[in-house]
Amino acid sequence: MTPKTIAIIGAGQAGLQVAASLRELRYEGRVVLLGDEPHAPYQRPPLSKGYLSGDVSAAQVALRPDAFFANFRIELIRNKRAVAIDRVRRMVGLEDDSVVEYDHLVLATGARNRPLPVPGADLQNVYFLRTLDEAAVLREKMAAAKNVVVIGAGFIGLEFAASAAKQGLSVTVLDVAERPMARAVSRVMSSVCAREHEKLGVRLLFNTQVMRLLGEPGVVRGIETVDGRTLPADLVVIGIGVVPNIELAATCDLMIEDGIVVDEFLQTSDPNISAIGDVAAHPSDYNHGQRVRLESVQNAIDQARCVAARLVGKPAAYQALPWFWSHQSHLHLQMTGLRTTDCQEALRGDPNGTAFSVYLFREGRLVCVESLNRPADHMLARRLLASRTAVTPAQAADTSFELKSLLAS
Amino acid sequence: MPKIRFIQHDGTEQVVEGEVGNSIMQTARDNMVPGIIGDCGGNCSCATCHGYVDPAWLEKLDPQSEDETIMLDGTMHQESNSRLTCQIKLTPKLDGIVVRLPISQV
Repeated sequence: MTPKTIAIIGAGQAGLQVAASLRELRYEGRVVLLGDEPHAPYQRPPLSKGYLSGDVSAAQVALRPDAFFANFRIELIRNKRAVAIDRVRRMVGLEDDSVVEYDHLVLATGARNRPLPVPGADLQNVYFLRTLDEAAVLREKMAAAKNVVVIGAGFIGLEFAASAAKQGLSVTVLDVAERPMARAVSRVMSSVCAREHEKLGVRLLFNTQVMRLLGEPGVVRGIETVDGRTLPADLVVIGIGVVPNIELAATCDLMIEDGIVVDEFLQTSDPNISAIGDVAAHPSDYNHGQRVRLESVQNAIDQARCVAARLVGKPAAYQALPWFWSHQSHLHLQMTGLRTTDCQEALRGDPNGTAFSVYLFREGRLVCVESLNRPADHMLARRLLASRTAVTPAQAADTSFELKSLLAS
Repeated sequence: MPKIRFIQHDGTEQVVEGEVGNSIMQTARDNMVPGIIGDCGGNCSCATCHGYVDPAWLEKLDPQSEDETIMLDGTMHQESNSRLTCQIKLTPKLDGIVVRLPISQV
């Protein structure tokens, strides 16, 4: 039976997409979208790039114009945190003691910045970069900064580092791993990106970590590493990953394991509650059927569509192919599929330049493709992976071989 | 405000008004025009906002960037008048532009 009221907790990319997809699928019931930020739903990707450079305004990062919500009868409640779920009476309690009743509830609570547990992390001019408010402050502070230290050489850290270097700031990035984006990309992709960041003037320090942030009085002045180095800094950005926002689900005894556990239909251990996006630990064919939690725009949007379809009576298991992108100055990195550490690699194109792809194979099967400034490889890889087309490492490495010819026409 | 005429693959038409400065993809999405997805939000990264611009309007558009050209190469149903609609910003002179949509985006 189609639920009469669908409430969505979390007004990010995933939450907004559930609401939009429900209306697209001509769902006629009530849709309530609950967000704890003061802004209407917005895109996060530009916050570490175009928004910092001023090319993209705050209005331009909005996912939909304000009129959209009224036009399509989406009740957007902003700036109010959901604090409790009563699964028996099907009610969500908000921080101002108001209550939203639901027939079906979608948890799209996302993730938050992982805190840095060292002394001085609470000094002024030490920032994270996830929300529009954080990006707004950072943009302002960058104008007056000279020496920037970025803690964490993941996607956010490197996107920010590239933006800051382009604005002429002196930038140092440090990471506990031995290479950038160590958990996300192959060794060869890491090394090419490291080389290119250095060309931008970004200084990269690996196999080290921050021991404490130094400041006086109350404002950051530098950082000290565990191996005894001191780096000057008037601006520090921390990008050491995120933690999923599972607390609300945990307090109402939904099954949790890293994220909120869902089945292949993205349903939680309560049939009246679904979970999607960064917070959802879902089984994936691309991960041997094991549960995985993915933090990406693609995952947020495709899971939202999957749940919306189920709620209007068209259930289908979630099987979307994962894909991801990161723009770091002149480096347009795109990935599709999921990699593991034990993959066989084949390179297409020249890693001495800035345009090549890495094809990753496991047990002879293509499982992941990373492309740097080769979007056509990426687009084709998505079709090859989604159709489970057989590709050999030799074919992948041979630029004179048309991979497109492998697709059934 | 410039109007855009969207023609679906099955021939159904929808005319929507857009704002100058917004892209055709955004305008479609904000008005729930089916057939345009735009998952990456206009970052020229997903190629799911593919449309065919009526030849009469093609010359009024800014030329394709290299990024757009290579992303278009990866789409399923490319024609000579294919464009990524996230890369076309509305201007007053595009009032009345006609965009046909492919049978599918992926």
